[in-house]
Amino acid sequence: MNYKSWTAIAVLAAAPIAAFADADEDALVVNGEIEMITQAAAPDHLSDVMDEVYSGWRFRSDETQALQMDDFDNPAMIFVDQAMEKWDTAEGTAGKSCADCHGDAEESMAGVRVVYPKWNESAGEVRTLAMQINDCRENQMGAEKWKYTGGSMAAMEALISVQSRGMPVNVATNGPAQSTWEAGKELYYTRTGQLELSCANCHEDNYGNMIRADHLSQGQINGFPVYRLKNTKLNTAHARFKGCVRDTRAETYSPGSPEFIALELYVASRGNGLSVEAPSVRN
Amino acid sequence: MKLKQLKALTLATAFAATGSVAGAAGPKEVQFDEYGAVAASLTGAAGDAANGAIVVGSKSQGNCVACHVVSALADVPFQGEVGPVLDGAGGRWSEAELRGLVANAKMTFDGTVMPAFYKVDGFIRPGDGYTGKAPTEALPPILSAQEIEDVVAFLMTLTEE
Ligand code: HEC
Ligand code: HEC
Repeated sequence: MNYKSWTAIAVLAAAPIAAFADADEDALVVNGEIEMITQAAAPDHLSDVMDEVYSGWRFRSDETQALQMDDFDNPAMIFVDQAMEKWDTAEGTAGKSCADCHGDAEESMAGVRVVYPKWNESAGEVRTLAMQINDCRENQMGAEKWKYTGGSMAAMEALISVQSRGMPVNVATNGPAQSTWEAGKELYYTRTGQLELSCANCHEDNYGNMIRADHLSQGQINGFPVYRLKNTKLNTAHARFKGCVRDTRAETYSPGSPEFIALELYVASRGNGLSVEAPSVRN
Repeated sequence: MKLKQLKALTLATAFAATGSVAGAAGPKEVQFDEYGAVAASLTGAAGDAANGAIVVGSKSQGNCVACHVVSALADVPFQGEVGPVLDGAGGRWSEAELRGLVANAKMTFDGTVMPAFYKVDGFIRPGDGYTGKAPTEALPPILSAQEIEDVVAFLMTLTEE
């Protein structure tokens, strides 16, 4: 539809347009075999604010959606292959590779992404996947840490996540992780910057609506890391958070900061029940 | 020229243009009535509706179309739907109400997502525009007094639903 007729419809039907512009009804089956849950009953902790949660995939155009339906078309898969090579490459003073400790990623990493970020008992902290990867690099391999949102990190996250594709996200919000989860929730509802907008203002109050050229989704992270057509690389959740906070004309938090770790746990928990879709494709 | 310098300059010329600062109100001096309306022009002078249309439609200025459809600006692509369609706003609201809405819509609609365009403090983690960094100087309002008056003058022309 061209822009003019779209406006005409918007003007004629200001009320119904929200329904028409909501998550679409498409079903996501990857490679003709992995059935993704892109719509689920909202987790209990969200029952006061929404009935259902949707994957960001449901808000993208048919063309963008198609790229995620087959691994041959998914541009993110190149990075998964690159990470597979790293998985098998010895690095650092210990002369070890990921494979030396974890064997075949397909087996050892299945189900891992589903529960991250999660509480690490011996470290006494909530750990994101990126933190765990860097902990292995530093303390098991004696290798340099990777940049939190850098290409190597994003690719390794994608390799680990892809082993859980189709499994429903299930991060723990209670127990020792609870205070971190609460801190993340607080951030999610804090209106930052000169525009005074919170994550909830866009992704809870206005998902389904257009904000300028963007069709607002629920801001779920079950598809992260995502390949964006806009910058032709894999993007981590913290890089996306940073961009969204910046867009409120705010001073952002840093990727890997305690604030973004807490926010990641909270945002992940808003997607409990949706399939892990990573690496997904977005515009 | 950096945006901030530009803004400062626009503010300065806005004041210069009105001849005197008397009758003009800085962001901290605006008088809202109990319903959020602002009776007096922020510059002490009338706005320019043609420039107001540019401010409303352009991404780097008001970017009002990010959230609102304005049919009169049919050549501006990608108008959003976060807020109500602004067609007819000039009939629904008085000039004073529109000035209040643009200066700080939170005084009219408690808790609204619409940003305040003439406000310089009271923010959580304000940034230097869209850089993501902390500001190094006092924040200018998003729109100058003159720009707000121009936007109000433009909105007053939107009388057709
Ligand atoms: C001013 C509006 C706005 C605010 C505030 C905002 N976002 Fe976003 N966000 C967007 C837009 C636009 C997109 C791109 C379209 C989409 O996927 O919703 C986006 C995308 C995202 C995505 C990617 C979703 C996907 O499926 O690819 C995530 C995750 C996200 N936002 C999280 C957040 C978090 C967390 C916050 C608060 C720290 C936040 N956003 C604040 C506008 C906003
Ligand atoms: C981030 C979204 C957003 C932006 C940007 C925004 N608005 Fe709004 N605006 C809203 C919402 C939402 C409402 C409805 C008030 C409410 O119930 O919260 C509104 C209400 C209004 C109204 C009253 C609506 C009517 O006609 O009955 C006017 C007038 C208005 N806005 C003008 C503007 C102008 C002019 C700008 C730019 C200088 C602007 N808005 C920018 C979201 C926005």
